[in-house]
Formats: sequence, structure tokens, C-alpha cells
Amino acid sequence: MMNRVVGAVRTAWWWTGSLMGDHDYSRYVEHLRRNHPDAEVPTEREYWKARYADADTNPGARCC
Amino acid sequence: MALRAAPESEIEYLKTDPDLPAVGVVDRTPISPAARITFAVLGLLGGIAWVMIAFVRGENINAVWFVVAAVCTYLIGYRYYARLIGRKLVQPRDDRATPAEILENGKDYMPTDRRVLFGHHFAAIAGAGPLVGPVLAAQMGYLPGTLWIIIGVVFAGAVQDFLVLWISTKRRGRSLGQMARDELGLVGGVAAMIGVFVIMIILIAVLALVVVNALAESPWGVFSIAMTIPIALFMGVYLRYLRPGKVAEVSLIGVVLLLLAIVSGGWVADTGWGADWFTLSKVTIAWLMIAYGFAASVLPVWLLLAPRDYLSTFMKIGTILLLAIGILVARPTIQMPDVTTFAIQGNGPAFAGSLFPFLFITIACGALSGFHALIASGTTPKLLEKEKQTRLIGYGGMLTESFVAIMALVTACIIDQHLYFALNAPATLTGGTPETAAAYVNSLGLSSPNITADTLSQAAAGVDEESIISRTGGAPTLAFGMSQVLSQFLGGAALKAFWYHFAIMFEALFILTTVDAGTRVARFMLSDSLGNFGGPARKFKDPSWRVGAWVCSLAVVGLWGAILLMGVTDPLGGINTLFPLFGIANQLLAAIALTVVLAVVMKKGLFKWAWIPGVPLVWDLIVTMTASWQKIFSGNTSVGYWSQHAAFKEAKEAGKTSFGSAKTPEAIDAVIRNTFIQGTLSIVFAGLVLVVVVAGALVCIKAFRAGGLPTTEAPEEPSKIFAPAGFVPTAAEKALEKEWNELIASGAVRAPGAAHTHTDRAHHHDE
Repeated sequence: MMNRVVGAVRTAWWWTGSLMGDHDYSRYVEHLRRNHPDAEVPTEREYWKARYADADTNPGARCC
Repeated sequence: MALRAAPESEIEYLKTDPDLPAVGVVDRTPISPAARITFAVLGLLGGIAWVMIAFVRGENINAVWFVVAAVCTYLIGYRYYARLIGRKLVQPRDDRATPAEILENGKDYMPTDRRVLFGHHFAAIAGAGPLVGPVLAAQMGYLPGTLWIIIGVVFAGAVQDFLVLWISTKRRGRSLGQMARDELGLVGGVAAMIGVFVIMIILIAVLALVVVNALAESPWGVFSIAMTIPIALFMGVYLRYLRPGKVAEVSLIGVVLLLLAIVSGGWVADTGWGADWFTLSKVTIAWLMIAYGFAASVLPVWLLLAPRDYLSTFMKIGTILLLAIGILVARPTIQMPDVTTFAIQGNGPAFAGSLFPFLFITIACGALSGFHALIASGTTPKLLEKEKQTRLIGYGGMLTESFVAIMALVTACIIDQHLYFALNAPATLTGGTPETAAAYVNSLGLSSPNITADTLSQAAAGVDEESIISRTGGAPTLAFGMSQVLSQFLGGAALKAFWYHFAIMFEALFILTTVDAGTRVARFMLSDSLGNFGGPARKFKDPSWRVGAWVCSLAVVGLWGAILLMGVTDPLGGINTLFPLFGIANQLLAAIALTVVLAVVMKKGLFKWAWIPGVPLVWDLIVTMTASWQKIFSGNTSVGYWSQHAAFKEAKEAGKTSFGSAKTPEAIDAVIRNTFIQGTLSIVFAGLVLVVVVAGALVCIKAFRAGGLPTTEAPEEPSKIFAPAGFVPTAAEKALEKEWNELIASGAVRAPGAAHTHTDRAHHHDE
């Protein structure tokens, strides 16, 4: 019972984190490692800086 | 792509690489007896609920029946109709890679877990629209709105989202505007692009008007909304400099601060200085909104726009769950009759016009929303893991929004009828004071017992507001109903005012997110189009050119700001004249999207199934064109913009200083000007869409004669990843998923979308 509650909370936190983008950086690093092994891996700070710079010029719409 | 026939003939495994497990499952197993029984029970339960709503219509039916009818219909629609669409039109195959897999860059192209993408997509499509439209439509009674929301979504809204997501996925995630150009040719494409831009401007203006109406003369509301800006700035700085990437954490902090802002808003509004500072007129708030829209468009995204969006996403999912639980726990009873006299006579105070076509215009989001086509093309396809998930994300996502609309409708219908009309009739009818408002609503001949001025004052005091009279726009009504539902199961009367302002705050938050993101998107549309003129204008194409950014932002906020100010100062009430334009605009966008889809279907030679996008398109055109026709040509001055224009012009020429709702010569001039702009916009919208539709019809005829035309789909590439199609994997999918997970755990292959799928999170979650 306790384990299931812990599991459910963990799943909810995983989902929330994935939705908000918490795991984006580690996914990006893995993507680089796999597809561009020679590329320099940015720090998390640099990664997000670049992400927001991209978003600056390429905004996503939000519906009503 | 080699296919291997499985030993069981019903289950076929799709393989693209001999060294890898299968990347997809084609399951032809007949429906299991258990599933058959489940759907039979769902059908029965839904049927009973529909009978309760539509035929029994007893006094005060319970709100829970609406939830049951909606959910059962959605599940059956998803299982049978969406599946049919999938089989006949979409024909997804999981051995083909999606754009997310082919173009993966770890940023905007990234195969994303279906459950996460569902949340993303939902947060992007749902906002204040499904909350506001149904509330206004409640003036016609609960039945027409309920029928349109539920039937509309199954056969129109969800179909549009599903099919747009499909065609965009097959074209590497191209946007609706680009696809319109590719499919319909230059004229249709340009008309579609201008249409999208103009429609976006009017959508932003009307949504902003809803916020202005909700915040005017409400120091509590103004304070808590104003606080969202410093909270967002704090979150932005936190993510930039303190803990980059900890988005969920900072959003949680933001939500706590937000709740604090709502609570403290009550204290601030009770102080003399708080009431002085934050009691703002509609015109002031409108100017502040315009300034905010401009700032959000030119400031860097990380500082204001992105953190506001995080807060909005968090609140969206949280409050919608809260409202659903509230309705199920409190089980309120419906006060509104099934169909009111306003539905038949077309003289309702919240918005003018008869049931057909104006109910179908007023409820756009939740039943059929063209704006979704902008999300379903462009953003979501770049994150889609497998083709087969299109149904879950596209069709399923829209069903969820429809559910939000049903809850909003229910929330409006549990309010006492007299209070509902006191809230939603413009001040020119209610007179603005409790005495005149009570006299007005009592004169409507409603079926509930008459009220006194005191009832209205008490209702306002109950939510700690100066007045609840003529708080048009839908947001205050929803907040009022929500405070009634939520206080019943959390906190009682003591927390009623808190829940009211909580609801106002999140509606305003959603709308501001649409306004700031929309302004920015429109700014880029404008600068891109200007850049296309070539010559010195080419410079507009460079997004880092600050002058261009400022000029285009000013132009965009200038356009919607002018319409907003026009609505705010409109002697006729603003919302009731402008909201139909919002609905028409949104559904005309749907007409553009469905035309593009239909053209693709015809080009593919799927003539037999062209009715699937064809039926909602024809219906949508009938509704929007009738509404546009009436808005342009109706001789009834409460419906037709031009007849109103003519009537006020005549009054002015006759030397009158007061006419109808306009009590001064300036007000008469304002009506003449406003009706001219509104009438012109109606003509422009309808004209642009007709150009698109004619262009689409010509393409369809050509395609039909030729027996199909060459496709514009991107070339196929084999997929190398696997993920289940629905929320819950089937037995075959589960077995396959296990096979993949073992390989991933051993390091032999990579996980779909670069690890961090649900099942292997145990190994990674503490990274």
C-alpha cells in the first residue's frame, strides 16, 4: 500500500517534471552523445540560455 | 520496410531493422468480450444520462448527469468514431518515423512520451475560451449548449484537431499557413495567411476585453493579477541565474506565491490605500493591458513570457481537476431551465441573436475551435513519438477541452437565474444599481422566484465585491458559480470570496498568456510578411533587428488595443457586440483548417471518406456564413452592425443628442464608429474565408476529376523506436515494450526520445 502511494507520487512528479521541461537538458545531452559525439556538451545554464534565445525568435502560440 | 508476419494472424509486428525488436504492432484481434461489455455499459449509462438531461428535464436535475453523459459519449466517440477516422483516413503505421524522430535535435524536435505530450498539447489548446463561451451561452438554457458541446466535439472539433495533426505530421510539422499555400495555391494561401493574422488580432482583443471586464472596479482582482508580473519576473531570474532547468520546482514556488497574492489581495482591498490604488476604471485597465502586451512582445522570453506560461500550465491542469472534483463532490443542482425564451426570440441580454446560428458561434472553444489548428500544426507534430498516437493527442486532447467546456456550462447553470442575468446583462439594461437591476431581472419573466435589491447586494458582499451587476464577459459569472461549488466542499461560506478571486485570477492568467504569446506570434507573422516585400523591407526578416521588433509589436498591440478600447468604451455594452465576432473569427479559422484537410483528403483520392472532414466543414460554413450574413445584412438593429450603424447615423442627422443606449452626442458618434469597424471586420473575415474555401473547392474538383493528385507529404523514413499508441498499452504492446526496455537497460539501444520514458525513470529520476 505504502509502496503504491510512493510510486504514484513519484509518477506524478515525473510527469510534472517532464511536462514542465525539467528533463529536457539531460535528454539533450544524451541526444548529443548519441548523434554528435564530437560536439561540445553545454552546461545546463548554457543549454537553457540557448533554448530561450530560440524561443525569442520562434514563439509558440497559445490558444484561447 | 520488411514486415514479419507474426505466428498469430491477428497480431502483426512491424519491423524495420533485423537487429531491433518490432517498432509497431498492428492488432487485428476482435474486441474482447470484457471490452464489449464495458462499452455496452458505458452506452447504457450515457443513454440514461442523456435521457435525464434531454427528456426527463425534471425540476433541478443534478449536475452529475452532465458529467456522465459527456464522459460516456466521449469514450464511445473515441473508441468507435475516432478509430474509424484512423482506419479510413489517417492510416497510421508505426514503421514510419515521425518528424520528431527524423529531425530530432533535442530542442523543438524531440519524440516525447505520449502522456507528457498530451499534457503539453492540452495546455497549449485550452485556455479561457472553453470557460467563457459556454457561460454566455447558458442564457439560452442548459440543453442547446450541452448538445452542441458534446456532439460538436465528437463530429467537428476533435476531428479537425486530429486531422490537422495528421497532415502536419506527414509534412515534417509544417504550419497551417504553409500547408494552405502548398495545398490551395498562391491566392488561397495568401488569403489564409492574412485571415489567420486578422483573426488572431480580434481573438486577442476580445479575450483582453473579458479580463478588463472582470477586473474593473475590483481592487482585489487587480492586485492579485498585478502580482503575477513580479512573481513571473522572480521565476525568470531564478531559472536564469539560480537554478537553471528546475522548472517544476520554480513553478511550484510560483503557485504558492500566487495563492499568497490572492489571499493578500483581500487584505489589500480592505485597506483605504489598497482600495485607492487598485480600484481602476475599465479604460485604465485596458491601457495597462496594452502596455503589458507590448512589454511581453519586446522583452526577452525568459524574463516574462516563459515563466508566465509555466504558471499558466500549472494552474490550468490543477484548477480544471479541482473543478471536476468539486462538481462530483458537491453535486449541485441546475437552476437554469432547459431552453429559455431568449433562445427562441433571440433577444438575450448576454449576446444578441437567435439560437441558430449564434449559439454555435458563442460556444466555439470546446466544440470546434479553429485556433487549435495552429497548435496541431507546427508545435505538437514536432514532439509526436509515433504516428498511431495522433488519435490520443489530437482527438483525445480536444475531448478533454470539451469536458472543460461542459463543466463551465454546468457551473453557470447552477447559479440562480436572476443572479445570472444580473451578472450578464449590460449596464444599459440593468442600470447598474441593485434596485434597477432587481427590477430589470424581475421583469424578464424567469421561472425562479423574484429577487430584491438586497439579494444582489448580499451576493456581492458574499464574494467581497462592490457589485456583481453587469459584470459581463463570462469570467465573473464562472467565478461566481465556481465559488458556489468549491465553497461547498472546501471551506464553506468563509472561503467563498477566496474562491471567487481564485477563479478570476486563473481566468485572467490564462487570458494574459494567450494575449502575450499571441502578440508575439502576430508580431513575427507581420515582420515575416513585411520582409517578403523585399528591398529595404527585407530587414524585417531579421528577428534580432530591434527597430523592426518594436515597430511590429507596436503595430500589433495598436491593432488589438484599438479594438479593445472600442469594446471597453462601447455604449452598447462591448461584450455582447464583440463576442460574436470572436466566435465567428475562431470558427472561420476552423473553416480554413478543414478546407486544407479536405483538399489533402481529396488529393489522396480518399473520396469515399471525404465526408469526415466535409460534414463539419459544411456545417461550420453554414453557421459562420449565416452569422456573418446576419451581422452584415440583418435589419434588426440588435443583430446587424450596419443597420445599427444606419440607425445611429440617422439619429445624428436628425439632430438627436440621445438615442437608444447612447445618452450623449459623443456616445452616438462612438456607436457610429464602432459599428462601422465591426461591420467592416465581419465583411473582411467572411470574404477572406470565402476566397480560401473557393480555392479549396477548385482543388477538390480538380483532384476528383484526376482521381487524386500528387502528394505533398515528406518522404517516408523507417522508424527505429517503439511506444504504445494509447494511454494504457495493450497486451502485445506491453510485451514489446518490455523487450525494448531490456535492450535499453543493457545499453544495446537507446530509449525512444532519448531516454527518460516512464518505465525507465526509476534508473534516471534522481539525475
